[in-house]
Amino acid sequence: MSDEELDLTTLPDDELVEQMHDDLYDGLADEITDGTRILLDRGWMPQRVLNEALVEGMRIVGIDFRDGILFVPEVLLAANAMKAGMAVLRPLLAETGAETVGKVVLGTVKGDIHDIGKNLVGMMLEGAGFEVVDIGINNDVNAYITALDEAQPDILGMSALLTTTMPYMKVVIDELAERGLRDHYIVLVGGAPVNEEFGRVVGADAYCRDAAAAAETATALVLAQRAARAG
Amino acid sequence: MNVRSRVLVVACGALARELEAVVAANGLTHLEVAYLSADLHSTPARIPAAVEERLVAAADRYDEVFVGYGDCGTGGQLDAVLDRHGARRLPGAHCYEFLAGGGAFAALHDAEPTTFYLTDFLLRQFDRLVWRGLGLDRWPQLRDDYFGNYTRLLYLSQFPPTEQRLAGAQHAADRLGLRLEHRHVGTGDLAPTLLSIGRRPGDDGRTTSSSEAIGHMT
Repeated sequence: MSDEELDLTTLPDDELVEQMHDDLYDGLADEITDGTRILLDRGWMPQRVLNEALVEGMRIVGIDFRDGILFVPEVLLAANAMKAGMAVLRPLLAETGAETVGKVVLGTVKGDIHDIGKNLVGMMLEGAGFEVVDIGINNDVNAYITALDEAQPDILGMSALLTTTMPYMKVVIDELAERGLRDHYIVLVGGAPVNEEFGRVVGADAYCRDAAAAAETATALVLAQRAARAG
Repeated sequence: MNVRSRVLVVACGALARELEAVVAANGLTHLEVAYLSADLHSTPARIPAAVEERLVAAADRYDEVFVGYGDCGTGGQLDAVLDRHGARRLPGAHCYEFLAGGGAFAALHDAEPTTFYLTDFLLRQFDRLVWRGLGLDRWPQLRDDYFGNYTRLLYLSQFPPTEQRLAGAQHAADRLGLRLEHRHVGTGDLAPTLLSIGRRPGDDGRTTSSSEAIGHMT
C-alpha cells in the first residue's frame, strides 16, 4: 500500500464498498465511520449501507475467522470498526422506521462473564434486522425470565464460554418448559465450548457456531415460524 | 509382591514441572509421562485430536493410559475421545481448578466470578500466551474488550513463590487493570489423582505433593 492516504470520497460506490470491506477486515474504525457517512451523503439508505458495506464485510471476517485465517484480536478490531459504523447508522435506522425481522433477548449465563462472542452476535443480529435486547453477563434464570416477559421476543439467545457454566443453559430451558413458556420462544445457544450435540441435549432449537451463523439461523427460524403460524 | 501396571500419562506441557515433581516425590516409576505442547491451551479445539493421536499410538503398549488434562475448554469433546479409548483424565474443567482442588476452586469462583486465574505456568508464560497471545502487544486498546468484566487476578501458585514471581504477578495484574490476589495452593488434586492410577494391592497410596517434594529437594 502506498504511503499516500486514500481519499475515500474519490471512489465510486462499488469501489468504496469494497474498500470498506477491506477496512473492516483491517479493523479501521475511523475509515468505516467516514465510508458510512460518504455513502449516506450519496443518498444510500441506512439499511443498504448496513447490509452491503458492514454486514457483508463482517461476513467475510467471519469466514476467515472460521477458517483460521483471522484470530480473535483481528475479529475484535473488525467488530469495533463495525460498531463505529453502527453508531452512525443506528439513529438513522430508527428514524426511517425500518421493519425489524424480529426481536432477540441475548445474554451470557450465570457464573460466566464473557461477552466478546455475545456482543459480536448481537451486532450481527442487529445487522440482520433484529431488535436486540442485550441483558449482559452472569444472568440467572430469573433475569432471563424477567427479560423475556418484558421484551416478548421471538428468540432467546444464550452464550457461555466456560465448560462449567454452559450446563446452565439447560436450567433456563427447563424453567421455561416448567412455566409452559418453552414454545413461546426460539432458543439459540452458542459459545466456544458449546456444540450442536450439546444444543440438542439441553433442548435448544439450534446451536450457532459463530456470529454470522447466528444471524442466518435466527432469520431462517423466525421466518419458518411465521410461515408455520400463517399456514 | 507389589506389582504395578505400566501406565502412560499423556499430559499438557503446562503441567510438566508439577507432574515431574509429584512423580519424583512419590516414586511413581511406573508412570511414563509424554507431553503435548502447552500451546494447545490457547486452541482447545485442537486438544481432542492431539490426545487421540497419542492414545492410538499407545494402544496395546500400556496397561493404562491416563490423560493429564481437564476438560480444558473442549466442551466435552475430550471426554468423548476418552470414552472411545477407555481412558481417564484429571478432574475438573481447567488446570487452575484441579491445581486449586475442586472444592476450593468452586468456593473461590463463587466468591468472585469476575476472576482471571494464573497458575505458575501461566504466570511464567504470561507475556507469550496472554499478552501477545491476545494481541495486546499490537493492540493494547483491546484490553478492556477482553478484561473489562474482570475485577481480580488470582495467582494460584504451585511452588512457593519468590519475591520476583510475586512482583511478576503484580505486573501482570497492573497490565490487565485488575486487583491482584495470591493463594498458594500447591498441586491440589494432581497428586492424589496420580497416586490413584495404576495402583495395585500393596501400594500404600501415600501422597506427597510437589510443594513437599520441592521442600525435600532444597
